[in-house]
This record gives sequence, C-alpha cells and structure tokens, in this order.
Amino acid sequence: MDLFWQQLINGLSLGALYALIAVGYTVVYGIVQLINFAHGEIFMVGAFGAFATWVVMGSPKEMSWQMAVFGLLPAMIVGGMIVSVSMALLTERLAYRPLRDAPRLAPLITAIGISVFLQEFVRLFFGDIPGMPDAKRAIPFPTVIGITGQSLHFGNVTVQISAIFTIGALAACTIFLWFYVNRTKTGRAMVATSQDPDTARLMGINVDRVIMSAFAVGAALAAIAGVAHGLRYGNIDFRMGFLAGLKAFTAAVLGGIGNINGAVVGGLVLGVVESMATTFIPGQFGSPAWKDVWAFVLLILVLVFRPQGLLGAKVVDRA
Amino acid sequence: MLEVKDMVVAYGRVNAVKGISFSVEKGQIVTLLGTNGAGKSTTLRAISGLLKLVSGSITFEGEPLDGVPAHKIVERGIAQSPEGRRLFRKMSVEDNLKLGAFSRKDTAGVKTDLANIYELFPVLGERRHEAAGLFSGGEQQMLAIGRAMMSRPKLLMLDEPSMGLSPIMTQTIMRTILKLQSEGVTILLVEQNASAALSLADRGYVLEVGQIMFSDTGKALLGDDRVRKAYLGAD
Repeated sequence: MDLFWQQLINGLSLGALYALIAVGYTVVYGIVQLINFAHGEIFMVGAFGAFATWVVMGSPKEMSWQMAVFGLLPAMIVGGMIVSVSMALLTERLAYRPLRDAPRLAPLITAIGISVFLQEFVRLFFGDIPGMPDAKRAIPFPTVIGITGQSLHFGNVTVQISAIFTIGALAACTIFLWFYVNRTKTGRAMVATSQDPDTARLMGINVDRVIMSAFAVGAALAAIAGVAHGLRYGNIDFRMGFLAGLKAFTAAVLGGIGNINGAVVGGLVLGVVESMATTFIPGQFGSPAWKDVWAFVLLILVLVFRPQGLLGAKVVDRA
Repeated sequence: MLEVKDMVVAYGRVNAVKGISFSVEKGQIVTLLGTNGAGKSTTLRAISGLLKLVSGSITFEGEPLDGVPAHKIVERGIAQSPEGRRLFRKMSVEDNLKLGAFSRKDTAGVKTDLANIYELFPVLGERRHEAAGLFSGGEQQMLAIGRAMMSRPKLLMLDEPSMGLSPIMTQTIMRTILKLQSEGVTILLVEQNASAALSLADRGYVLEVGQIMFSDTGKALLGDDRVRKAYLGAD
C-alpha cells in the first residue's frame, strides 16, 4: 500500500508539471483553434530564463533557506516568466498573426518550425550570451536551499519538497485562472472571443489583445513549470520542451482541448497513469522505458472512445 | 450622420456589395430591404469594421471610418445586433449585457443602463442569471438589442430582428424600435419583412444583388408597386 501512495504522489507531482504546461495549449486553442506546438519550447525557454536570472543575480549559492525560498525562487520565476512571455508574444506577433486567415495547416507547420528554431537557437547561442554556460549539453539547475533535494517522510512514503512546490504552484495557478476568467474584464473578453470572435469585436473587444493575453497567460504558467522541472530533475537542456510539450498536449486533449479545468485534470491523470503503469504493470512492459508508451496508449484510447476528452472539449469557459 | 458612398465590399474575389450609396440622418429610422444575398448584412458588417472596403467610403459624424478597427467603431457610437442574434449562449443574460458595455468606463452609467434594459424587457431582468441560450427566439432578440444598446450607441444597426419570430413577437420588437427612436437613437434596420420595416421607416432602400435599385420614404415604398410585387406578395 505504501508503494501505491508513493506512486500516487509521484504521479500527481509529475502530472502537475504537465498540467501547468497543458493550460497554455488549451487556452490558445480555445481562442484561435491553433495547436501551438512551439509551446513546449516556451516552457524550455522559461527554464533557461530562470537560470539566466540566477546568473545575473551573481550565481548566489550560500544563503538562508528563507532567502532562497522567498527571495531567489520568486526572482527566478519572474525572470523565467519575462523571457517566456516575451518569446510567446514575439512568436504570436511575427509568426502566427500574419497567418490568422490562412488555412489551418499553415500556422500548424509554422508552430513546428518555431519549435525547432527555438531549440536550435538555445543550443547554439545561449553560451554566447555573456556569463551564460554552453547549452549544447544539460546545464545544472541552480540549487534552491530548502527545496532542492529536500523531502518529507510520512511512514515509508517520501515526498520531495519540489513535488510540493509543483502541486502548490498548480493549485495557485488554477485559483488564479478561475478568478481571471470569471472575474476580470479581460477574462470575460477571452471567453466571449472563444465563443464568437466576430461578435466579440462588435462588443468593442480588441481581439488581437485577447489573443495576446492568451499566449501570455499560457507562457507564464509554462515558465513556472520550467522552474518546477529544474527543481525536480536538477538540470535543464534545450530538448526538455519536446517530450514535456508532447505530454502536456496529450494532457490537454485528454481533458478536452479548450477546457482549462480539463487541462488540469488531464495533466494529473496522465501523470498518475504514467507513474502507476511503471509500477503495477508486470514484466518488461512496466519498466520505466515504457512509461511514454503508456501515456500515448492512454491518449489513443481517449481519442477512440471519448474524443471530446474527459471533461468535454469546449471553448474556454468557466475555469 | 452616416454617409456611405460608392461602397464596394468583397468576399474573396466576389463582390457582395457593388458600389452602394446611402445616408442615415440623425434621429431617423432607415431600412435596407432585400432578399437573401442582396448584400444587406455585408453592408452592416462593413460599417461595423468586420469587413474591409474594396473601394468607396463610410463617414460617421463627419469622420471617415475606413481603417478604423471594429472595436474602435463601437467607441465611436455605432452598435450592431447581428443577423441570427449571435448571443454568447452559455453566458448569463447579465454577462451578455455587460459585454455589450465592454468599451465603456463609466461603471455607474453602465449600472443605470442595465436597469433600463431590465425595465424595457422585464423577462430579461427576471431571469438575468440564466444562460442566454435557454431563452425563446423573441427573448433572445430582445437580449441582442439590449446588448447592443448597452454601448449607448448613437447609431443602432439591427440585422433582421424579426427573423424566425411570430407576427406578434415581431410587432413587439418593432414597437421597441420605435421606442428607442423616440429616446433619440438613430436606427439602421435591415429586414426581409418589408411591411413591418417600412411601416416604421423614415426612409427605405431596396437592395438587389449588391446594388440599390431605388429608394424613397417608408410610406411611399409601402405603396410602391415594385415593392408590393416583390416583397409584400401583392400581384
């Protein structure tokens, strides 16, 4: 039974990471019906932005845990957000907006192109930024004293502090999103635009601005996920957005693309399924190498039997 | 107040509106009549900034509207209740009305106007928290008009408000339009229901395949043989 609880907590923390990224896929899809395949790279760039912020701060190593948790960590998150949000807005403005009225395939292919571009850009040029290490290989993520490598024990169940951070961040973001969508003017404009963009325009809503806020919100959450990833795995690299992005996209479809709650639920379910599958499926099929297989098997099953997703695909609606 | 000159609007390569000119004077009700495909909705969509002009011009209160994005046109004082009502069906009545006031910053004024709409259409007030999609066609039309009115427009454009409504409900809507005019709102009314529209209109324009065939006062058009034959079922 301990093993079950252990895997459940592992799965939830992995799933929370997926969910934080999945929200970006779903919000953008809900508004412009675009699967932004470059979103995984926005997550990656956010992690690098957080790392760069640490370097700019003088690569601090020794400090109290209070300083690390309440000073360094928030600074890194904000730094990561600035980088990922600017990158997301830049791609929207330069690459997607000119294709707004093009056939749907055009922006999709563009998204894949941006994804490759961002990976290669970080790989080739990150080390050329003064003070930054070469990014052709994985870079160790800064240690946040009090979180990195720390864990709590409940009987035989170990809970990493980084897992608590990830799940806590997801909870906070979900509450923020609910408030944003239901209680702010921009949020209501977003829901209106997702239901009917032309009529939203007739209401005086600046649809371009709504689309930009959708990209920005998704990128900000992806940056938090980037930091969570760094804390969890201890390093970051230019390829980290590919698989994580694919998994998060799976999570978004699983929950029902366009549905914010669906992205959260889909992420958590996917994380738990992955972690349970590698533990409770017997023989070689339960080996860690198979965890991605089970994740995508789940996607295929959902697409066959419940194509609208667990919570139902819909336009961005009551979060 | 509104001056449309030689306006050409196209969908792709097909010109849906082929150089029309008309004007709306302050305080008037002006109606555009015509069958499906005559270019009536296209005209309204172009005035609202949802479609770009190929050529020609639109002037509102002496200022040109070309190049002004749709969301800015609402701020200039032109609101539209679009064809088929296009409500935000999953949102409540109140949320729909509040979206109508999206471009406004005077919170107190918005509150007053909300109360006025509920007074004008009591059924909306009673069920203000229910989803818009749950209402009958006539009630939805009231909501669509109310939503457009929430921006406090100088010019209200209504695209086929009688579509799919019973004759009694159509009369109710037409009475509402007269009431709005008496409160000082200028109205551009697009209709297929010629008798209902012309009985209100100060002026009517008859559109056919993207061109204005003729125009006159509402009363004169009601008695016009060409209109009677084509739109009023007289032989």
